[in-house]
Amino acid sequence: MTATTTSRHDLRSLLHGLPGVDKVGVEARAAALGTRSVKSTAKAAAIDLAIRMVDLTTLEGADTPGKVRALSAKALRPDPADASCPPVAAVCVYPAMVPVAAQVLAGSGVHLASVATAFPSGQAPLEVKLADTRGAVAAGADEIDMVISRGAFLAGRYDLVFDEIVAVKQACGDAHLKVILETGELATYDNVRRASWLAMLAGADFIKTSTGKVPLAATLPVTLVMLEAVRDFRARTGRQVGVKPAGGIKTTKDAIKYLVLINETAGDDWLHPDWFRFGASSLLNDLLMQRTKLTTGHYAGPDYFTLD
Amino acid sequence: MAVKAAATAWRRTLPETTRLSVRKTYKLFIGGKFPRSESGRTYLVDGDNVALASRKDARDAVVAARKAQPGWAGATAYNRGQVLYRIAEMLEARREEFIARGVSEPEVNAAVDRWVWYAGWSDKIAQVHGSVNPVAGPYFNISAPEPTGVVAVVAPESFLGLVSVIAPAIVTSNTVVVLTGLPQAAITLAEVIATSDVPAGVINILTGDAAGNAPWLASHDDVNALDLTGVTNPELATELERGAAGSLKRVLRPPAEGIDSAAEPGLQPMTALLETKTVWHPKGF
Repeated sequence: MTATTTSRHDLRSLLHGLPGVDKVGVEARAAALGTRSVKSTAKAAAIDLAIRMVDLTTLEGADTPGKVRALSAKALRPDPADASCPPVAAVCVYPAMVPVAAQVLAGSGVHLASVATAFPSGQAPLEVKLADTRGAVAAGADEIDMVISRGAFLAGRYDLVFDEIVAVKQACGDAHLKVILETGELATYDNVRRASWLAMLAGADFIKTSTGKVPLAATLPVTLVMLEAVRDFRARTGRQVGVKPAGGIKTTKDAIKYLVLINETAGDDWLHPDWFRFGASSLLNDLLMQRTKLTTGHYAGPDYFTLD
Repeated sequence: MAVKAAATAWRRTLPETTRLSVRKTYKLFIGGKFPRSESGRTYLVDGDNVALASRKDARDAVVAARKAQPGWAGATAYNRGQVLYRIAEMLEARREEFIARGVSEPEVNAAVDRWVWYAGWSDKIAQVHGSVNPVAGPYFNISAPEPTGVVAVVAPESFLGLVSVIAPAIVTSNTVVVLTGLPQAAITLAEVIATSDVPAGVINILTGDAAGNAPWLASHDDVNALDLTGVTNPELATELERGAAGSLKRVLRPPAEGIDSAAEPGLQPMTALLETKTVWHPKGF
């Protein structure tokens, strides 16, 4: 149960010794928690918290410096018409766009995250991944979103994945490391639980569900399993690890379901942008529209908010 | 023969009892589906259970209408005309249902004819309402009508009136959210629409509490026009106009004496929901 547990067999017996996940149970639990009704002042507080938890993301081949600048400006002041609207947690871009975003975000308190390690596939030699990471950190990123080698994980080579995370963590220096499990490719909840523990043992500061580049992205049950993992990990080791669902979270309703899930699973220690993030792009506009609805009393329309 | 009768004598015949009635709940029509109200509320109309729409149903209907609008406007005028004609065909086939729900036969006939009339306008309105403008310069100057977008409609409480507010709005490529106080006929019309190749979300119908839901649609930022034809209370109409002003909606307010649905509608119901786009195109190249 320490970060020195690197031998292939030790890791294997530890991860396979974790209790199995009750698939039906976890899905029913997530669905039940998703029916909670959050209204009026509680809803207003939830929306503001969700905005503060957003990692405003653009990860397209077509990203231009202009788009990243605009997105960064939006991160600082999501609703230009309302100064009481809080900034988001971070901007998340490709390494090549880090210097552009860094210019806008410098000194603002909004974090700058960059995906690295041959995102989204992770299929590159370790040296390339480490160089990718160092480059992003040197350019100004203070959070790194790495992908694990799903190929190695599914082949049972937990030691390879473990060593890779340790190496990337080292390359990060002071930057926070978020480890993307890409749960859509892990096939079972048992694998999600194992991958979560593997990443946390190797030193991850955050575990993140998905890249957003495969069809099956973040879901409530997967996030529930990961929240249980961080809760149990803190109980066993005393170290708190954050959780970031990413991909497919588009509406305020979805976001509030996740907040309920955190509160009921990991507890309110995790109800803070330091410990929970939403990887999203279109979610922010929906949060802003719902926020406008609460402050003005009438329904808002997308024409009144920026596209990116 | 006797042999055959003996061979089948073991079969049970259905007992001669009275059938239990199959009671129907009239639900909303949103995005091509028939959901219950999000609020779970219903009310009784002439002994029938009818869904009582809430403001959240109105919000969902606007989302569905907005989603459907570009596709509907992108369809060819010919195709839209065919779809409207198809509604007339299906309505013709289900005349008896409307008559059974208290709509008079002449009114059903007039409603079918009105669908046919509007169907014909789909590929003609641009020619009548658009123009080629003479300008002092080497340009073609063309004005073409475009749809306003999502239209919220408070429908009059007659079947012909209902058809007369929906048809002109959709033939001009808008999508509609309709509030109606005529639930059984309106939802039976929705069943006609649902089987007429009208894309999901182009027509959305909310039953019950029109006066309560209309203000939410009037002030909704994502609604582009408001048709008050069915609003009989002048104070409510003024309040709705005030709500619509916040987002610069186009508002259709009927004359104080009301509108005679039976009369020939003319072009105004269609042109009121069109915007004009004018293009200057250089010539001589």
